[in-house]
Amino acid sequence: MTALSLKRIYQDKLNTVVMIMALTLVITTPLIIFASLYTKSSMLFASDHSLWDLLFSSAWEPTKGKFGFLPFIISSIEITILSVIIAAPICFLVAIHLTQYAKHWFVKIMYPVTDILAGIPSVVYGVWGILVVVPLVSDVIAPFFGIQTTGYTLLTGAIVLSIMIIPFILNILIEILNTVPFELTEAGLSLGSTRWQVIKHIILKKAKPGIISAFGLGIARAFGETIAVLMVAGNVIKIPDGLFSASYPLPALIANNYGEMMSIPLYDSALMFGALILFVTIFLFNLVSRIVIYRLERSL
Amino acid sequence: MNQSKIEVKDLNLSIGNQHILKNINCKIPSRKITVILGSSGCGKSTLLKSMNRLTDLYPKVKISGDILLNNQGIFGKEVEVTDLRKKMGLMSQRPAPLPMSIFDNVAYGLRISGRKKKLQMKLRVEYYLKVVNLWDEVKDRLKAPASSLSIGQQQRLCLARGLAVDPELILADEPTSALDPLSSQVIEKKFMELKDSFTIVWVTHTLRQAKRMADHVIFMYLGEIIEQGPAEEFFNNPQHEITKNFLNGSFN
Ligand SMILES: Nc1ncnc2c1ncn2[C@@H]1O[C@H](COP(=O)(O)OP(=O)(O)OP(=O)(O)O)[C@@H](O)[C@H]1O
Ligand SMILES: [Mg+2]
Repeated sequence: MTALSLKRIYQDKLNTVVMIMALTLVITTPLIIFASLYTKSSMLFASDHSLWDLLFSSAWEPTKGKFGFLPFIISSIEITILSVIIAAPICFLVAIHLTQYAKHWFVKIMYPVTDILAGIPSVVYGVWGILVVVPLVSDVIAPFFGIQTTGYTLLTGAIVLSIMIIPFILNILIEILNTVPFELTEAGLSLGSTRWQVIKHIILKKAKPGIISAFGLGIARAFGETIAVLMVAGNVIKIPDGLFSASYPLPALIANNYGEMMSIPLYDSALMFGALILFVTIFLFNLVSRIVIYRLERSL
Repeated sequence: MNQSKIEVKDLNLSIGNQHILKNINCKIPSRKITVILGSSGCGKSTLLKSMNRLTDLYPKVKISGDILLNNQGIFGKEVEVTDLRKKMGLMSQRPAPLPMSIFDNVAYGLRISGRKKKLQMKLRVEYYLKVVNLWDEVKDRLKAPASSLSIGQQQRLCLARGLAVDPELILADEPTSALDPLSSQVIEKKFMELKDSFTIVWVTHTLRQAKRMADHVIFMYLGEIIEQGPAEEFFNNPQHEITKNFLNGSFN
């Protein structure tokens, strides 16, 4: 065997080893995160906190050892749902317009624009929220409903969050709609459909699993978003009682408090438990939407 | 009385600054198979798709000249483009089954043109699936997704779907190029039967298939029509040098 071919064999072996290591790292990272979050938060269970109480009690009094996560969980769910409700129709219509109707040059401009919007750091959205959306809510929207507020509300958080996830969802939607073969459009048109019928009956149907996944990923993204929401949502610990009530989503709780008040017993375990809730929810959410997608794809 | 179903007059088509169809003049005779023959990229599909105005969808497209269907221009303002397209069934290179069941694929065209009676719909779907010899293979699984069929079956389904809207013409863009030889044969045979009731335009780049099927040939080269005429004359007595080269295989 020549030295050269030996070298090649070694290179091959080395490559394989490195690749397997990288792969293992990628696969095990979530497991490691889950394991460490679980270990840390299990101290809560060891000291007589039931899972039920943690999830469904709204008494959050760390100094008395009471850790009821319900206000944070409800805040997170409400702010996420609301932001997706705001973002969904906008994303949907813009994606349809850009992929089906828009002029070539306009599409060419819009693609990089959405990329840039998707890449803006979330703290910038937060600042923008304080400058624009907070006064909008406190001076215009709330008074319209006869309500007085500081502007730091559930609705404010949801609006800022929806603006953040629009480019994110839009990018995925556009990609998905573009994967629908053009032949289907041609087939639909030559059967006498109008352009809109083709979109409604054929393209959206074909793309349905992908559309669901786009919104699923958007929801996961919104659920975990931290800094921008933290800056505008009010952060008052209570179950929000309306759009104009302050709210305190889970990620904000963790970001605001970790590293502080650590002298309180079990406080860090409680925050870890909060992180565990986030992690598991987002994980399950991805999993479930993948399964839905898989089922739908097979049934088409 | 004019015997041609379609007449193309001085058609020029360009996309951006690319001139794709150059001074096309041709006639498509009624109830015959007209084969558009030519090597890859010469503009066959573009010519075919300009007949039902699918070329409208191309970005930056410019079209001049005219195409007459039954002696009436298809580009006129008064032309309802959905009606125009419904008169021409389209088959594409790869079968494009709609993302719905086998039954719904055939029923789709009927539904959007407003036919809704259930029983009648069933009968019609059955009828057209029989026309393309697919009925026996699918009658027990009409609710199954069309994508579960083999490629050859899908292509026959696409034919049934196109026939169900009762077109006058069938535009077939190399419909056998993705199929195995046996499935291709089935499709070819079917078209030979259909030509008594339909005007057929069949695009291909294979000479042997053209010889098997053509009543009338349009031969294209680099966006131009080089020669056209009845199949017999075209194959036995080609006039043009390029045609001769193509026919005896020394073509590049
Ligand atoms: N949408 C489009 N945009 C730009 N150029 C196009 C477009 N469609 C077709 N062309 C160009 O027009 C020319 C003719 O294309 P066309 O598809 O009509 O050829 P064809 O004869 O059908 O070829 P094939 O046998 O490969 O299908 C090609 O050079 C192609 O690159
Ligand atoms: Mg072609």
